[in-house]
Amino acid sequence: MTGRIIGIAGQTVTVDLRGLKLYEMVSVGDAGLTGEVVRLERDRAVVQVYESTAGLAVGEPARGTALPLTVQLGPGILSSMFDGLQRPLNRLREATGPFMTGGGEIPHLDPDRRWRFSPAVGEGEEVVPGAILGRVAEGPFSHPITATASGRIARLAGGEFSFGEPLGAFADGREITATNFWPVRKPRPCRRKLPPGEPLVTGQRVIDFLFPLARGGTAIFPGGFGTGKTVLEQGIAKFAEVDIVVYVGCGERGNEMAELLEDFVSLPDVRTGASLMERTIVVVNTSNMPVAAREASIYTAVTMAEYYRDMGYHVLLLADSISRWAEALREISSSLEEMPGEEGYPTYLASRLAGFFERAGVVETLGGTIGSLSMVVSVSPPGGDFTEPVTQACLRAAGAFFMLDTSLAHRRHFPAVNWFQSYSLYGRGATEHFDRLVSPRWGEMQRRCRELLKREETLREVAEIVGVEGLQDADRLLMKTAERIRLQFLSQNAYTGDAFSPPEATLARIEAIVSFHDRAAARLAAGEFLDEVLKESTGGMTP
Amino acid sequence: MRLAEHLYRTISSIRGPLLFVEEVVSVRSGEVVEIVFPDGAVMEGEVLKIDGATVLIQVYGETRGLDTGSAVVFTDSVKKAPLSREIVGRVFNGSFEPIDGHPLFVPERWVPVTGFPLNPVARARPEEFIETGCTAIDLLNTLVKGQKLPIFSCSGLPAREMAAGILQNARLAGGGAFVTVFVALGLTHHEYSFYMEAIEAMRSGFVAFVNRADEPVMERLLAPRFGLACAEYLAFEGGMDVLVVITDMTNYCDALREVSTAREELPGRRGYPGYLYSDLASLYERAGRIRGMAGSVTLLPVVTMPEDDITHPIPDLTGYITEGQIVLSRDLHQRGIYPPVDILPSLSRLMQRGIGAGRTREDHRDIANLLYRHYATGRDLRRLEAIVGRDGLLEGDRLLLDFADAFERELVGQEGRRGIEESLDAGRALLRRFGLAEPQEGGRG
Ligand SMILES: Nc1ncnc2c1ncn2[C@@H]1O[C@H](COP(=O)(O)OP(=O)(O)OP(=O)(O)O)[C@@H](O)[C@H]1O
Ligand SMILES: [Mg+2]
Repeated sequence: MTGRIIGIAGQTVTVDLRGLKLYEMVSVGDAGLTGEVVRLERDRAVVQVYESTAGLAVGEPARGTALPLTVQLGPGILSSMFDGLQRPLNRLREATGPFMTGGGEIPHLDPDRRWRFSPAVGEGEEVVPGAILGRVAEGPFSHPITATASGRIARLAGGEFSFGEPLGAFADGREITATNFWPVRKPRPCRRKLPPGEPLVTGQRVIDFLFPLARGGTAIFPGGFGTGKTVLEQGIAKFAEVDIVVYVGCGERGNEMAELLEDFVSLPDVRTGASLMERTIVVVNTSNMPVAAREASIYTAVTMAEYYRDMGYHVLLLADSISRWAEALREISSSLEEMPGEEGYPTYLASRLAGFFERAGVVETLGGTIGSLSMVVSVSPPGGDFTEPVTQACLRAAGAFFMLDTSLAHRRHFPAVNWFQSYSLYGRGATEHFDRLVSPRWGEMQRRCRELLKREETLREVAEIVGVEGLQDADRLLMKTAERIRLQFLSQNAYTGDAFSPPEATLARIEAIVSFHDRAAARLAAGEFLDEVLKESTGGMTP
Repeated sequence: MRLAEHLYRTISSIRGPLLFVEEVVSVRSGEVVEIVFPDGAVMEGEVLKIDGATVLIQVYGETRGLDTGSAVVFTDSVKKAPLSREIVGRVFNGSFEPIDGHPLFVPERWVPVTGFPLNPVARARPEEFIETGCTAIDLLNTLVKGQKLPIFSCSGLPAREMAAGILQNARLAGGGAFVTVFVALGLTHHEYSFYMEAIEAMRSGFVAFVNRADEPVMERLLAPRFGLACAEYLAFEGGMDVLVVITDMTNYCDALREVSTAREELPGRRGYPGYLYSDLASLYERAGRIRGMAGSVTLLPVVTMPEDDITHPIPDLTGYITEGQIVLSRDLHQRGIYPPVDILPSLSRLMQRGIGAGRTREDHRDIANLLYRHYATGRDLRRLEAIVGRDGLLEGDRLLLDFADAFERELVGQEGRRGIEESLDAGRALLRRFGLAEPQEGGRG
C-alpha cells in the first residue's frame, strides 16, 4: 500500500493512505523514515515520525507495513546496544559512521550471526505456546527457544543456524524459527502474577538496609540535577543480584552512555566474574536524538526484559529518566494539538505510567517456571520540586520511593537518599528474609539505626539553640554516633572499593557502630569523660 | 527532487514573522526560502509547516515593509553553513556574514546547521584534563576535553570577565592550544567592545559569531548552531581541540520563547516552550569526543539566572543536560572575591577521570576532597555562629570558620592565571596551615 505525503508539521506527517490501522508502522519518504499512525481519518492518516523530518518533502511516498511498532526477539539481544526503536547501534555505526543521519532500515538482530541449537522435543510431539523447543547458548546464558503457537512438530533439527534458516516446521507446514516479533505496547502474557516477596539485593547499604527492593517490585527515585540519580542507577545495574539487566538511557547524556559502556565492557560481574556486558542490554535514546523514539524506548526495553523474564530469569529494568519519557509524551501530544492537562502533560500521563509499571512483577511463565521483572526508574522533577505531575504519578504507581535530597548532595553525602522521607512497601517481607538469610539481628539493627537517626534530628534542633557545648555528654555521644552512621554507613562512594556492599558486610558495619555506641554509653554512665570514651573509636572501624 | 529554485507570488497572509504562501508545488520541511521585499531587499526564512499546497513560513528577520505581492523563492535546501579551514581567525554576524572587513572564504563544503546526533556507541569518554588557569575550576571542579560545563551567573556578576579569562588562559594538558569558537548572543554595545578586545588579545586561533542586541532574534537561534557546526567540522575533520564559549544562553532561551509565542505554540513553564529541554540538548549534546578520532568539542555556556534563581527553567534544564555547573555567588562578589565561584553548588561530573597521577597529580583527589569537606563544614558553622555566637562553638569549629574565610579569600579568589601545580600547592599549603592536611577519622567512606 503506497501513498504520498500531503502535509508536514514538525514530527507529524499527514499521508493520503487509506486502510491503515491505528499504531501501524509507516515507512515515510524517500529515506524510509520510521513512523507510527497516531490518528486516522477517512482519506488520510496522521503519522508520528520517529526521526528528524528536516528536508522531507510533500509528494514523497509513504507505505504502510501492516505491523505495529515491534521488537525482534531472539538470541543476540544480550550485550547489545539499541536505540529507542531497537536499531543496533554498533552495526549502525559500522554502516553509517559516527553520526546518526537517519533513515535506512537495518535488521535489529544480526542476521548473519551463527548460533548452535539443541532441540528438547522430538518430532511428532504436540506443543503449546511457551513450551521449550530447544536451547541456544547465548554467552553464559541458556536461551530457550519457545513455541509461539501450538501444533505438532514435523521437523526440528539441531546444529548451527542463522536467522535466515528455519529450525524446523510444524506438521501443517508453518516454519519454526529462533526469532519472532512482538508489539512493544502490548505486555507479554504469563500464566499468573505472584506477589513480590524476596528482596532484590542492590549492594547499596541505604537501600538494602533501610528501604529494600523486592524482586518483581518497582522503585522510583526523584531528585534535582546532580543529586546522584545516574550514579545510583549505574551502581545498581553493576551490582544488583539479578540475572539480566536492561538499562534505558532515556533522553539523557551521550557521554554518560559512553562511560557506562566502557565500564560494563571492562568490569567483571562481582558474582560470576564474567564481563558485566554479557548480562546487560542497553537501550539508549539520548536527549538530542528524536523525541518520538525516546517515547518508544521504554516500551522497547520492557518488551525485551519480559522476553528474558519469560525464560525464567530475574530481570531488572533501570530507566534514567522517566521524566524525559513524560516530556516526550508531552511534546507528541502537543504536536497533535490534544487538550493539555496539568503542566501541559496529556491527561493520560498517569494511566500510561501506571500501565508501564504494571509490566513489572514476579510471574509464573507460560512454560511454568518463575521469572521476575523489577523496575528502578529515576525521576527528574523540574526545579527539584516533587509536587509536579510526573513525580506524583510515579508515587502512586511504585512500591518504593527513594527521595534524593539536594542538600545532602551539596554536602556530598552520596547516595543522597533522605532517610526520613523515603519509604519501601517491601520493607517487612525483606526484613524477614534478611533475618533468615543473613542474621536474626538484621531487623533489630534496623530499628536501632532508625532510632539513632531520629534522636539525632531532635538533638540537632536543640544544639542549634544552645550550641553543641550546651549538650550533655550522652547526647553528644549520640550525635557522634549518628554522624558516624551517616558518614560511614549510609554514604557509599561509588568511585571506591566501597561501591558494592554485600548484606553481610552491611550488617557488620552497622553492628560495629551500634555496639561501640553501647559500650561508650555504658562507660559514660559509669562516670568516664566523653573525650576518653571517644578515643577508643579511631581504630575501631570495620573496613 | 526539483531541479531549480521556485518563485511564488502567492502570499495569502502575513502575521508578524509568519507568512502563508498558497499553491506551492513540492516543498520540504525546514527548507530555506528567500523573501524579496518590495524595495528589493532579500531576507531568509524557513518552512515551518506544510498542509497540501499551503506553506507556513517563518521569516528570520523583521517583516516590516513586506506586502502580499512580494516574491518567495524556495531554495530546495535546509539551512546550511559554509565551512573551510580558512574560517579560523574570522568574525561573523548571526547570519554568517563576515563583519571583520574581509570577504567570505571559498567554502570547502556546506553542512546542515542542526547537525546530526552522535551515535552514543561512537562516543569516547571525556577524561583529558584542561587547564583553565582558574583554581576554583582546575582544582575543585576540573574540566575535561569533550565536557559541557556551564557558568551559572547572576546579573551584575563578572561572568563576562570569567569567560574572557578562560578564553585567553585555557591550555591542554601538555601545553597544546585550543581553537576557540566564541558565540555571543544579544550583546549590548558595551559588551561587544569588551569581547572584541578580549578576542584580539588571544594568542590562539578563534572563530567568532556575534549577534548584537538590536539584531534579529532568529539569528540568536542560528548563531550557536553555526558555531557548533563549525566546531564539529574543525574538531572531527580537522582533528583540532575546540573550545566553544556561548554567552548568554539566557538570551538564546528568551529568543526561543519569543519565536515560539509568534508561532502560537502552547507555552510551558514561565512561557518557555515545552520542548526547551530537547532544544537545549540539541545544542549542548554536540560537545564530545569520538572513539578512534582526533579532535574534541568542549562547551562552556554562560547562563544568567533570572532573579538569581537556580530553579528557573533556564539554569534548571541546563543543569539537567550539562555535566556539572560552575555557580557564581553574589555574596562572594560583594565581599570582593574574584572569581566569585561558590564551591558548594558547583560540580564537575567528569572530574573523577580527569585528575590524579598521569593527568594532574596523584594527590589531587585527596586535596580536593579535604578542601571541599572542611569548607562545607565551615559554611554550616557560619549559620550556627549566627545563632549561638562564636563563643558557643567548640574550638575545633572556630578553626573551621576561619578556614572557610581563608579558603574563599586565598584559594577561590585569585589574581592572574594559576597553573594546576600552583593551585594544588596552594590548596595543600592552606590545609597544612590549619592543621587539616591529613584525612581524619570519619572521612571518606
Ligand atoms: N555514590 C556516589 N559516590 C560519589 N560521588 C557521587 C555518588 N553519586 C553521585 N556522585 C557525584 O554527584 C555527581 C552527579 O551525579 P549524577 O550524574 O548521578 O546526578 P543526576 O542526579 O543523574 O543528575 P542529572 O539529573 O542532571 O542527570 C556525580 O558526577 C558525582 O560527582
Ligand atoms: Mg543523570
